[in-house]
Order: sequence, then C-alpha cells, then structure tokens
Amino acid sequence: MTDTAEEPLSFPLPLPFSASPPAAFTPLTQGAEAHVYLTSYPTTSSPAILKYRPPKLYRHPLLDRRLTRARLLAEARTLVKCRREGVDVPGVLGADWEAGWICMEVVEGGSVKAALEGWWQDVKGRKEEGSGREDEVLSDLMGRIGRAVGKLHSVGVVHGDLTTSNLMLRPAKKWNLDAAGKEERPNLEGDIVIIDFGLAMQSVQEEDKAVDLYVLERAFGSTHPWAEDMFKKVLRVYSESYKGARIVMKRLEDVRMRGRKKSMIG
Amino acid sequence: MAQLQTFKLPHLPDHPVHIALFRDARNAEFLRQQLLDGNTEFEYAFVDAAVVLSTTQVFAAVFRAVNDMMKQRLKSRNVHSEIVHCFSGNNNIATSFRTFGITPATTSLLAIKVSSTLTTEQIQSHLQEHVQGTSLPFSDASIAELNDLSKIRKIYKLDQPAGKPGGARQGKKGKNADQSAGEGRREMEAVVLGMMALRGS
Ligand SMILES: Nc1ncnc2c1ncn2[C@@H]1O[C@H](COP(=O)(O)OP(=O)(O)OP(=O)(O)O)[C@@H](O)[C@H]1O
Ligand SMILES: [Mg+2]
Repeated sequence: MTDTAEEPLSFPLPLPFSASPPAAFTPLTQGAEAHVYLTSYPTTSSPAILKYRPPKLYRHPLLDRRLTRARLLAEARTLVKCRREGVDVPGVLGADWEAGWICMEVVEGGSVKAALEGWWQDVKGRKEEGSGREDEVLSDLMGRIGRAVGKLHSVGVVHGDLTTSNLMLRPAKKWNLDAAGKEERPNLEGDIVIIDFGLAMQSVQEEDKAVDLYVLERAFGSTHPWAEDMFKKVLRVYSESYKGARIVMKRLEDVRMRGRKKSMIG
Repeated sequence: MAQLQTFKLPHLPDHPVHIALFRDARNAEFLRQQLLDGNTEFEYAFVDAAVVLSTTQVFAAVFRAVNDMMKQRLKSRNVHSEIVHCFSGNNNIATSFRTFGITPATTSLLAIKVSSTLTTEQIQSHLQEHVQGTSLPFSDASIAELNDLSKIRKIYKLDQPAGKPGGARQGKKGKNADQSAGEGRREMEAVVLGMMALRGS
C-alpha cells in the first residue's frame, strides 16, 4: 500500500512554498507518502493544511511523477466530489499536481483515535463513579461514524483506508463566549469529518464498500479493543443510512469469511 | 479617489497584488477595448464582480495564476489574463473570458494587478483616471452587494439534484440569519475553490 523507505528531509518544499521561511509551516505528520503541515493559504489570515508528496528518489523519476500525480488527483477529485454532494470532508483550496501538493481546509478538533484514547483513559482513571452514561456516549459516537461512512458510500465513494486516524471529530463551534474558555473533560462530541483520500476510488461495487467496512472493523479491533463490542452500532446505523447498504452488509459477511481463512493459512 | 488595496499573499512575497472594486462602471466598453488592443498600460485582470463569490476566491485565482506563471505554464497571454481564466473550472479559455471577464455590459468591476515595480499610488491614479465608476472597498461585504449568487451557482453547476453542497451542515438550529448566510457562502466557496484548483487536471 505504501512504500517503506523514510524521507529524511521535511524541507525543502517546492515553489512557491520554498519562498517562505520554515516558521510559516507547522509540521503535523510525516508519513511514508506525504508530509502534512499547517500553514496559510491563499491569504495570511486563512489557515490551511498543506499535504506535500515529495519525490521518491529511489523510484524512476517518470514513474514517480506519474504515481504522485495519480494519487494527488484521486485525493483532490474525491474531496471535491464529496464536498459537492454534502459529505463532510475538508474542501480543496489549491493544488499543483506537477509539484505534488494540495492545500485544504483545516478540520478543527482531532482524530477519532485520539478522542477515543483520551476518553477511555479518563473513564478508566476516574476514582468516583462515572456518569453511568458511558455506553450511551460511546454508542452515539459509533452511530455518527456509521452515518458518515454511509453518506460517503451513498455518493459512490470508497475510502480505501478507513481507520480511526482518518476520521476526525470536529467539536461544535462555540458561539457562546463563556463556554469557550473553560477546560473540558475528554468527550466524544462533535461531527465526524473524513480525511485522507489518497487511496480513495469512485465505485459502485458492493464488494469495495464491504471491504471499507471490514478495514474499519479490523482497525477498531486492534486499536480500540475495548470498544469492539460497540462496533455493531456503526454497522446498524450504516445499514439503515442509504438504499443499498443492506446488500453491502451481506457482502461484509463474505469478506469477513475470506479474511478469516486468509489469516488461518498465514 | 479610487480605493486600491495592496496585498502580500503568503508564499508569494515577490508578487504584491493590487485590487480595486468599482460599481456603476460606465466605460467597460473602453476598458475592454484596451485589453483587446493589447495596450500595455492596461495590464489588469478586469473581472466582472457580479460573478465573484468572495475575496478568498479572488486570492485563490491570483495564487494559481502566479504559481502557473512561475512554473511557466500559463495558458493565456500573461498573468493578468490568466487570473481571469483561473476563476473558471473549465479549461476553455474563451469560455473563461466570456464568463468572468469584462464585457461591454459590465457595471461591477474588479481590477486586479500583480506588480512589484509600480507603487500603490501609481496604480491608484491610473485607475482613477481611466475607470469611470464608484470605488468600493475590496471586501466580502462589498462583493455580496454586487454579486448574483444564482448566476454563480449556475456557472459552477452547484444545483445538482444529487445533493446540495453543504447539505451535511445545513439545518442546524440556534443560528441567526447572518450566520447561516455566511455559512452558505463558505460552503459554496469550499466547492468552487476545489473546482478552480482542479481545472485542467
Ligand atoms: N484537513 C485537515 N485538517 C486537520 N488535520 C489534518 C487534515 N488533513 C490531515 N490532517 C492531519 O495530518 C495527518 C496526516 O494526514 P493524512 O492522513 O491525510 O496523511 P497520510 O496518512 O500521511 O497520507 P497517506 O496515507 O496518503 O500517506 C492526519 O492524521 C491529521 O492529523
Ligand atoms: Mg492518514
């Protein structure tokens, strides 16, 4: 899926970004494929995410340019399509597929992965009794995830890498100034926003959608084993979220079966 | 005096952008003719403000045009004609000019110039001398007074039956009309900027 070699340098960035000092970029992550920065675009007062796919020097330059271009355009086109059809994703602000960068809107908040981990630590670490609503709170989040994935699939897009790192939780805007300042306990409130469409494809195949769900199910199992039981809720809400979801659920059973066989063989 | 604002965009420190906005312009025909004649004193992107959505959209168009100029892949004569083209999601240059450029019927007008050699004052007095119209500050509020949202929706095909852009975030309670209107524009903008960025891909 991704190449394993690490890119040692986070700089230089391509033109025009190379004209700005390093201080104009806050590095967020540096994966095998892409470097992600917080910067501004297209004005100084508009924060933006810059996702840059640097050239891979061990690949043939021609092949490398073609691969970078294909992935970047797949991601950008999918984001625009999703945004147009009302799926909650960051909008594309700018792109240069020859140079390998894309700028997009910043999603406030953090990943579902981080939210779940923070929340679980908090719940476990409480000396006093919890609110007794923990199951309800978790179940509600699962429902929002199911609806978000259902919405994505309903417009004919398959994500290709659905993990809890690629789902973000955007807290509600705080119109109320009083509420804005105060520290909150870790919570699971907010809208689900889907990011990282580098492996996305436009597909009407039930099979591809089922694999998307399977990948997410496995991700929950390994990253948040304590929440695995609750995953049922994702699937329940998903299966009722659009016409055609039930057939995908049927295919999910086949996909699981194949997955089990595969892991038995090795 | 014509109001002209000069901006430095992030990552483009060597390409200051000068922008003026006019309403009730009376000599669009003349201005357009200067462009057609290739009069080098009129190196401006003249954009019909009726089909402009926001200041951010303007800066995104300028950004792409300057970037394409630096990479030597302009699709049109110069950076100013390219700015007009960069408002479009369509690769056809004639269509871009017809849709976003100045026409004899234009009355709301955006004048954009990328120059590091001329001063704000020089450009200001040139526009003062040659544009017959009422100068407005370049702001989202002024643009909102002049533009035609239904026309813009049609240009970018934002009324597709498959779903309204921003559908995911509509219908939230507890907001006043201003907040909703601002949000509606931002939702449109998020799609429009993406289409502008992907033109030619
Ligand atoms: N639009 C955004 N708003 C806020 N944070 C973002 C946004 N896009 C990316 N991030 C942050 O950067 C991280 C990495 O981004 P992303 O998942 O798109 O890249 P990646 O996993 O390195 O890409 P790929 O899988 O294609 O190699 C995300 O987990 C998230 O924390
Ligand atoms: Mg990721």
